[in-house]
Amino acid sequence: MMHNLTIKQMSEKLRAGEFTSVQLTQHYLDRIDQYDAELNAYITVTPELAISMAEEADRRIAAGEAELLTGIPVAHKDIFCTDGVKTSCASKMLDNFIAPYDANVVSLLKKVGMPILGKTNMDEFAMGSSSESSYYGPTKNPWDHKAVPGGSSGGAAAVIAAGLAPMATGTDTGGSIRQPAAFCGITGIKPTYGAVSRFGIIAYASSFDQAGPMTRSAEDSAWMLNAMAGFDERDSTSLERETPDYTAELDRSLKGLKVGVPAEYFGEGLDPEVSNIVKAAIDEVKKLGAEVVEVHLPNKALAVPSYYVLAPAEASSNLSRFDGVRFGYRCEQPKDLEDLYKRSRSEGFGEEVKRRIMVGAYALSAGYYDAYYLKAQKLRRMVRDDFIKAFESCDVIMGPVAPTTAFNIGEKSDDQVSMYLSDLYTIPVNLAGLPALSVPAGFAQERPVGLHIVGPYFSEAKLLNIGHQFQQVTDWHTKMPAQYQ
Amino acid sequence: MSLGKTEVKYISRLTQIDVREEAVEGVAEKLSNILELFAQMEAADTKDVLPMAHPLDAVQRLRVDVVTEVDQHEKLQAIAPAVAEAHYLVPQVIE
Repeated sequence: MMHNLTIKQMSEKLRAGEFTSVQLTQHYLDRIDQYDAELNAYITVTPELAISMAEEADRRIAAGEAELLTGIPVAHKDIFCTDGVKTSCASKMLDNFIAPYDANVVSLLKKVGMPILGKTNMDEFAMGSSSESSYYGPTKNPWDHKAVPGGSSGGAAAVIAAGLAPMATGTDTGGSIRQPAAFCGITGIKPTYGAVSRFGIIAYASSFDQAGPMTRSAEDSAWMLNAMAGFDERDSTSLERETPDYTAELDRSLKGLKVGVPAEYFGEGLDPEVSNIVKAAIDEVKKLGAEVVEVHLPNKALAVPSYYVLAPAEASSNLSRFDGVRFGYRCEQPKDLEDLYKRSRSEGFGEEVKRRIMVGAYALSAGYYDAYYLKAQKLRRMVRDDFIKAFESCDVIMGPVAPTTAFNIGEKSDDQVSMYLSDLYTIPVNLAGLPALSVPAGFAQERPVGLHIVGPYFSEAKLLNIGHQFQQVTDWHTKMPAQYQ
Repeated sequence: MSLGKTEVKYISRLTQIDVREEAVEGVAEKLSNILELFAQMEAADTKDVLPMAHPLDAVQRLRVDVVTEVDQHEKLQAIAPAVAEAHYLVPQVIE
């Protein structure tokens, strides 16, 4: 079946004329038709756009002008502005928003010739770890429909796991690529902060937001990251450095690799089965020639409170643009300007978004700025410095992505703090702005578990190399839920 | 630290988010739970630590001060809730 091929195989078969991009794209559109009513992983499906882009890709392939990804369809998280397509950020606030331009990532992948299948479901404004806060209803985990797919890029992870797209874009502010990747048994990488342009990504917390690929394998992610990354002058924090070839190191041996394992990662709160699976995965990497050393991240516990001050503070500022005047939702018959602002925002935003805006504004308000915002920024440095020190004695750090497997839909939706605490392994990486990969490592309670691999700044190629080598000796990334095979 | 009704109303005003009278107590409780999480930061000694705004300690790039935007008001205002003669319409502010 076409959806079981790797990206490289798809590309070869497209060029060899074994099938066309139109046929490949139609195959995925048919699968979306068949499965997505139940899964709810797409907010918008764009069949006409997809087929017309596939036709154009076929012309390029026939003319010998194709790049590796030309003709391979992609699904975009509904946070990426897509010209002429509804871009809702899973919010009632933007339910009527047709983006007037493309995000940089969207235009880069369009230029390569990747047909757009649609826009994937997510937590509203990317604020969540379960994709339950979407205005369009929760996405289900393809492995178990009772479970969440993780979040906020839960729709993206679910479409990859169920074979409803071969590649998907995601964004990761506090773990939103890696945690859903782990919960759905797929591969996802959050690049170094600034490696992929934020232009046209609806902003949540600008000093953390980073886009990355979500795919079946590390090799697929490497190809996709090659197409997504690069300097963009329209993003003021885009890094001005040459973009490396992320596939260049895929085949390198792991002999002599020093893997740091923080004792703090395997403490209280970690599900024992998840712990065993992650340890077994690290043993597998050891068998490939790596050496394991103990490292310490003593300020890990401070990361979650620090992040939940800083990210909502940035959100309270970023989301002030939604005021019912220039775009998005406007309340009915406002009686004056203040009523227009207040009711548009109160009716347009969901509960968690309102909560984060309120708590963020409070943390920035007169009298609390030093105690909350400034303090959190200092802790951010301490967390970052812990990583820098740890990388003096190892090349990468490995551990769990999340303390448990995917939890049930509804299980944590009333307890925000418990939901926030489930991000304890991913958030420190965002505070530090480091790159990190999640690869499938096994199953606990019949739900997928991810291995988290964190590297120093700009070590994406190394992380993908480790992921790829791990995937040469394991087959977790090839597994699909029975009903979607 | 726990929040009372007055603080919730103050935050509602700051954020221009309406909180209905009957919901104030519930909102106060949920926000207070989050502030309890923030309180965990107090224990850390940050006396000699500089606040960090950017992971790579980079500063934002400046660009040359020239006009780069082209006029796209028709396209951009096509998605606005209410527009007249290239202006965004809001309820009357000045009598």
